[in-house]
Amino acid sequence: MSRPLVLGFETSCDETGIGLVRGQTLLSDALATSMAEHERFGGVVPEIASRAHLEAMVPTVHKALSDAGVGLGDVDAIAVTAGPGLTGALLVGVAAAKAYALALDVPLYGVNHLAAHVAVDELEHGRLAEPSIAMLVSGGHSSLLLVPDLAQDVQELGRTIDDAAGEAFDKVARVLGLPFPGGPHIDRAATEGDPGSIAFPRGLTGPRDATYDFSFSGLKTAVARWVEARERAGEPVPVADVSAAFQEAVVDVLTAKAVRACRDHGVDHLVIGGGVAANSRLRALAQERCDAAGIVLRVPSRRLCTDNGAMVAALGSRLVEAGVAPSDVDLGADSSLPIEVVSR
Amino acid sequence: MLVLALDTATPTLVAGVARWSADQGVQVLAERALPSGNRHAELLTPTIREVLAEAGVRTRDLGALVVGLGPGPFTGLRVGIVTAAALGDVAGPVHGVCSLDAIGDGARSVVTDARRKEVHWAVYDADGQRTAGPGVDRPEDAPVTEPVVGDVRFAERLGRPVAAAEVTTAGLLRAAAPQFDRPPAPLEPLYLRRPDAVPPAARKAVSR
Ligand SMILES: [Zn+2]
Repeated sequence: MSRPLVLGFETSCDETGIGLVRGQTLLSDALATSMAEHERFGGVVPEIASRAHLEAMVPTVHKALSDAGVGLGDVDAIAVTAGPGLTGALLVGVAAAKAYALALDVPLYGVNHLAAHVAVDELEHGRLAEPSIAMLVSGGHSSLLLVPDLAQDVQELGRTIDDAAGEAFDKVARVLGLPFPGGPHIDRAATEGDPGSIAFPRGLTGPRDATYDFSFSGLKTAVARWVEARERAGEPVPVADVSAAFQEAVVDVLTAKAVRACRDHGVDHLVIGGGVAANSRLRALAQERCDAAGIVLRVPSRRLCTDNGAMVAALGSRLVEAGVAPSDVDLGADSSLPIEVVSR
Repeated sequence: MLVLALDTATPTLVAGVARWSADQGVQVLAERALPSGNRHAELLTPTIREVLAEAGVRTRDLGALVVGLGPGPFTGLRVGIVTAAALGDVAGPVHGVCSLDAIGDGARSVVTDARRKEVHWAVYDADGQRTAGPGVDRPEDAPVTEPVVGDVRFAERLGRPVAAAEVTTAGLLRAAAPQFDRPPAPLEPLYLRRPDAVPPAARKAVSR
């Protein structure tokens, strides 16, 4: 008998992602994004994202099915992001997933978006070593996790106490006059700059600071002050240098804390996920530091780092195989679903 | 033909199963009207399952679905529409109707809660045909005529009596029946309001 075919729904932010996974094999990953509609607002507008999810839902399901060469009748289980994320956006996916599960008479798994970011790596690199340390960095979250068992035991070690890492990229990009979303633009500008040219602060790295928490709001303010001082003095702003120095400050803290978490917990596998994991400097520095510390680093390909439906299907598949009980039919969305709740 | 009807445009979640034929009209087999407030997302699918079971109907037996397209609070409205679209993807064509058309019958004006101290309204003639609306306005500005039915909490601000009435399965089918012999139109929610979003002003200095 072949392994179960899982259809995954992701609508926690601005991407309508529908993915199909069989076992740990990725079959398709269809995506509709409303990013372009948010650009002029400088950030994701929840109501615009929710409207776009509704419009995109059924066509994106069909795209995923046809890309995989399967029909709705072949689906064995459905998984959907139940949180964390934007409530109105989450609810479009949850309602659609519940309706498909009812109509197809298959089990439904409401899953945690952050755990799904970890699970997606299994589609490319095989079964996760357990325990692993996972670091999730995106526009919406920045967390360090200890993962003894991805299907039912994920523990939070630390998180951002203010801005998410990706948010800091967006805000600094705005200060520098670069477009939204800021991550890719800063990454590109930084390649021409000198990361050592400006000493920006490293948040929460003092001896008495929380070991695994992050803070990026002070860094963002420091960059804005530096740029404004330049502007007031009538001098040109060296966009490449500021980008490189800012980016270095972010990834230095991220990678140092991730490696520290591995060492403190005696764990020799690190997974990095989330949109910021697409950052080239983060990938390079993490590799360098993991190599030096004897840690095996796993980072999904860029396409799978950002939000998508395959990650939800991947976690759903894990839950099916682990024999975890499906969700109740009154499943709802929880915008601040704690990471400890892998499925509900 | 067996029809599943649902509506989430008002605080009362409505789901029903009915038999419909051109000559015999609507026969409701099972119906729920739940005062679910803002829990439509949690309760809609279980409620649909209940009415299907009570009517002894499987999703694959359905000949069509009907869904209220609003106007109504956006998040709840989308839950109903995406649920209908997903069920319909498996079970059959989905016909969308203006939710206000499914409240009361005959000559009347209909008002429902649009939040922000405004009402959604529409006006109907003696044949039950909508002659104005749907619109969204402050109650004082809504061009309604008596009798008024719908959300009674607005009687004072309308300056007219309002008879309590809600969306019904029969009302949804009655509103959709003229479309049953046509391929369904795309399900466009009746939002009536644009998203609240303003492009950011010029960058503010962080240092003073
Ligand atoms: Zn994410």
